[in-house]
Amino acid sequence: MTTQAIEPRMELEQNLHMYRQMAKIRAFEEQVHELYKSAKMPGLAHLYIGEEGVAVGVCEALRRDDFITSTHRGHGHCLAKGASVNRMFAELLGKEPGYCRGKGGSMHIADPETGNLGANAIVGGSAGIATGAALSAKMRGSGQVAACFFGDGALGQGVLYEAMNMAALWKLPVVYVCENNLYGEYTPCGETIAGEVLARARAFGIHAESVDGQDVQLVYATMRRLVDRARRGEGPAFLECKTYRYYGHHVGDVNREYRTREEEREWMTGHDPLETLASRLTAEGLADASVFERIVTDVKEEIDGGVQYALAAPYPEPSEVDEDVYA
Amino acid sequence: MSTPEVAVRELTYGEAVREALAEEMRRDPRVFLIGEDVAEAGHPFKVLTGLVQEFGTDRVIDTPISEPGYAGIGVGAAMTGMRPVVDVMFGDFITLAMDQIVNQAAKVHYMSGGKLKVPIVFRTTLGATRRSAAQHSQSLQAWPSHIPGLKVALPSGPYEAKGLMKTAIRDDSPVVIFEDKMMYRVKGPVPAEDYTIPFGVADIKRAGTDVTIVATSSMVTVALGAAKMLEEIGISAEVIDPRTTYPLDKRALIESAKKTSRAIVVDEGYERYGVTAEIASVIAEGAFYHLDAPVKRIGAMDVPVPFSPVLEDLTVPSEKTVFETAKALCGKA
Repeated sequence: MTTQAIEPRMELEQNLHMYRQMAKIRAFEEQVHELYKSAKMPGLAHLYIGEEGVAVGVCEALRRDDFITSTHRGHGHCLAKGASVNRMFAELLGKEPGYCRGKGGSMHIADPETGNLGANAIVGGSAGIATGAALSAKMRGSGQVAACFFGDGALGQGVLYEAMNMAALWKLPVVYVCENNLYGEYTPCGETIAGEVLARARAFGIHAESVDGQDVQLVYATMRRLVDRARRGEGPAFLECKTYRYYGHHVGDVNREYRTREEEREWMTGHDPLETLASRLTAEGLADASVFERIVTDVKEEIDGGVQYALAAPYPEPSEVDEDVYA
Repeated sequence: MSTPEVAVRELTYGEAVREALAEEMRRDPRVFLIGEDVAEAGHPFKVLTGLVQEFGTDRVIDTPISEPGYAGIGVGAAMTGMRPVVDVMFGDFITLAMDQIVNQAAKVHYMSGGKLKVPIVFRTTLGATRRSAAQHSQSLQAWPSHIPGLKVALPSGPYEAKGLMKTAIRDDSPVVIFEDKMMYRVKGPVPAEDYTIPFGVADIKRAGTDVTIVATSSMVTVALGAAKMLEEIGISAEVIDPRTTYPLDKRALIESAKKTSRAIVVDEGYERYGVTAEIASVIAEGAFYHLDAPVKRIGAMDVPVPFSPVLEDLTVPSEKTVFETAKALCGKA
């Protein structure tokens, strides 16, 4: 770890907001899991549970008009950037009011109003898009920054390094956020990543740091610095967030033969992002259990309402199938 | 005929491309060029010479040799308010950028329910017989033509090179435009004023009554040469250039075939599963009851493009093969 943990203490309000965002993502994903198990959701989903601190810490450091690109495990990114629960669920169920009018589904949610340029089901597929958005921001003088989310699996994709090379050459305002959850699909990253992750970014002269992704305050504070320097024209950065996905690669990956139950327990009990933040604020005497319980209850209500909304929402009309192929 | 009557000068195909780019960059500050050797070098075929002097390196951007990277950067820029023209030096290299073109650019608008747009142009080349062997000589226009979400333009001369490029740049959807690298020095009339050529509108290059020759890009010249030879033996050939493979002017192609009752489709891409197959099928279906013979296809031979001139020349459709095919089709073999 290269990041110093000494940052000015953030306001309680912001901390509680981040807790709420994380709780919302967790409750959303738990509901997605239920929808899958009860066969109400077509297809599959890749749950973000366990990684909430990354999306929330990163997006909290961004302006609403800053860009993100997301991944197949992207629900958390979308929600953290400001997507509505109702329209997210509607999209997951293939319904008309969904973010993509039912044409994208779980892996392609895009919401330009919140700067979300879309989730991408090609691993590493959005490295170019995020970097291009940063080039565009620079050309237009808009002051926007782009955050490119990808997993450790994308470290195997050449396009990421091509994009990083150009971002460094042209000092583009982009932050590459590597969510290292230790597994690329079903394979431990130790089998797929040679050398040091940060050294790859540093080879291009890109400022690189690694943080505990389960500590949302640390993710936020670090990302804030990286975003500020990018916005000042000081060039791209690379942020590795060490994290863990509590569930399998996708909802259907239930046996998880490639890792041990002990490892899972250790992350869930000792490194949970919501627990970490709640216990810290409690220890500091800034909040007590009732505050967090109330947030969880509120959020659950929002999630329940969102599911009901989506279940009741209409499907797209058949006539829409060939709409929007061309602009 | 599409050639207008006023203010016509002769420009080379390469100059016509350059003029289109320069005019569009002057007209719209969102338009910029990005790719390998596009700035000071002005592209290996010198098509872009002078653009960096006028527009600077902020809008004429040299990249590393990283086709997927800069293609993706183009897509991201297009999604966020810019209108990039991405230069892929050789058509063979689009294979490297295929994920960005096919999985990203082509699908973003649809996948986002119509909210995001990708106004991007990928300009690249086609054409063999430059003695460049198998990785610099292919005509891969069938690949993007297969993909919903992409438009594909194939300018057959200087006039088309300017007009189609301008239309491509103004289009809100991704367009792949294949320039015939063997035609860059070919001259033809090109209006000095602003004009565009609509996509999906075929152009009858030569009217005729006995046989329709549908020809794309480089093959239009070949078809016109064959038509001249056919005329000498009393066969009147109509040569029609679809100009875009998508959108495709099916109606014009079918109408022409109905009129002549015979059709040949010529394209420089591999014949197998190629542009000729799609167009022949469109004509066979649409003009079936009017046809006196099966629709014939002439594409490049289904071999990797060989280096040796004696071999390479055998692989591409020639005036002679088109002539012989038409002659046989008209029962004069």
